[in-house]
Amino acid sequence: MLVKVAINGEKHQAEVEPRLLLVHMIRETLGLTGTHIGCDTSHCGACTVLLDGRPVKSCTVFAVQAHGREITTVEGLEQDGKLHPLQEGFMAEHGLQCGYCTPGMLMTGVAFLKKNPRPTEDEIRWAISGNLCRCTGYVNIVKAIQHAAARLQGGA
Amino acid sequence: MIPGAFEYHAPSSLGEATALLARLGDDAKILSGGQSLIPLMKLRLAAPRHLVDINGLPGLAYVREEGGALRIGGLTREVDLDESELVRTRYPLLADTCRVIADPIVRNLATIGGNLAHGDPANDHPAAMLAFGAEIVAVGAGGERKIPAGSFFTGPLTTALKPDEIVVEVRVPSPRPRSGGAYVKMERKVGDFATAAVAVQLTLAADGTCEQVGIGLTNVGPVPIKAAQAEAALRGKRPDEAAIKQAAQLAAEAARPEADLRGPVEYKKDLVRVLTGRALRRALERAQRGG
Repeated sequence: MLVKVAINGEKHQAEVEPRLLLVHMIRETLGLTGTHIGCDTSHCGACTVLLDGRPVKSCTVFAVQAHGREITTVEGLEQDGKLHPLQEGFMAEHGLQCGYCTPGMLMTGVAFLKKNPRPTEDEIRWAISGNLCRCTGYVNIVKAIQHAAARLQGGA
Repeated sequence: MIPGAFEYHAPSSLGEATALLARLGDDAKILSGGQSLIPLMKLRLAAPRHLVDINGLPGLAYVREEGGALRIGGLTREVDLDESELVRTRYPLLADTCRVIADPIVRNLATIGGNLAHGDPANDHPAAMLAFGAEIVAVGAGGERKIPAGSFFTGPLTTALKPDEIVVEVRVPSPRPRSGGAYVKMERKVGDFATAAVAVQLTLAADGTCEQVGIGLTNVGPVPIKAAQAEAALRGKRPDEAAIKQAAQLAAEAARPEADLRGPVEYKKDLVRVLTGRALRRALERAQRGG
């Protein structure tokens, strides 16, 4: 089937089997390997991308379901050579160790801050409860999101 | 993990979808949120030859009060229920429930229709709908019918739906004055199925006695369980601590759990007792505050 999508603002199309998962289309067909495959069973959230602005686990969506829709992956966060404030936050607060969960954390975090620009710590922890970090880095991930929230509030 | 091959259909109207389903019969599965079906297909526990994607059907995602009921479109995502002011303020049992289904990202796609139609006793909406005394509206090639939640769940992963029927709406009776509800779930971690969970919806009479009460149990039997004896023990009574304890005990006796990684039978039954007590107290507090 022919699938047409806009990824990070760029139009792409690919001829795919209906059973192809969205994450495989993103990584293998389109070569955007920033999106990771972790558990492959919709638990870990490493494969999180934005589908029409909402975070979804791209290992649990068929590529054909994305036809005609907009996808944002971690590659789309940087704008004009400038990292997104949340990416800056992960750097400043040491929000990653191995980095495997980071693309998913970033995508969840970006969508969450849009919805809730002034979150409490509890709200942040609730928002990322579908994204697992095995380096037990949640403390710094929470700080990274708080860092970005403050930056975004300041209009930076 | 790669699912088995299938033919993909994306009908654009309800009539087209039900006609397709009627023609394809048991060879087809409906793709709604896909958050249960796709994992099952990846594990090859399900290998449908046809997928009928209903996400393109118009007008099936809404939450509104009409005709004495909360009407929820079958394609309504859990996140939209969670963020509905109407649900938060008027239907605390439903608000509690949709906040603990899977995890926040899964809830961006998961639908209420799919949660019910999957027929999994571990899913959370079924017990809530039993407690509410809700109705499920299904449309098939032959027309529309309303199925009471009490007769919807017929076996493990099996419902009263025919192969060509789609859940188009869920109707939850609007609460009368002095009503309250609560859903209390014990889970090992976010995203896990409940070790056990209990849904309560009740209405107090003007004199403070329990006029109406529904109690539903999650993941402690082959189907979601309506704890009818526990309900009967409370009806018409003053819901004091002694009555709550007795109802909680009866709910535990109604549970038919199996031992698994989440715990042995005795533990799960006792958990139902404890959670029923908590859910009843929370529902009562809400009913008294709201009334």
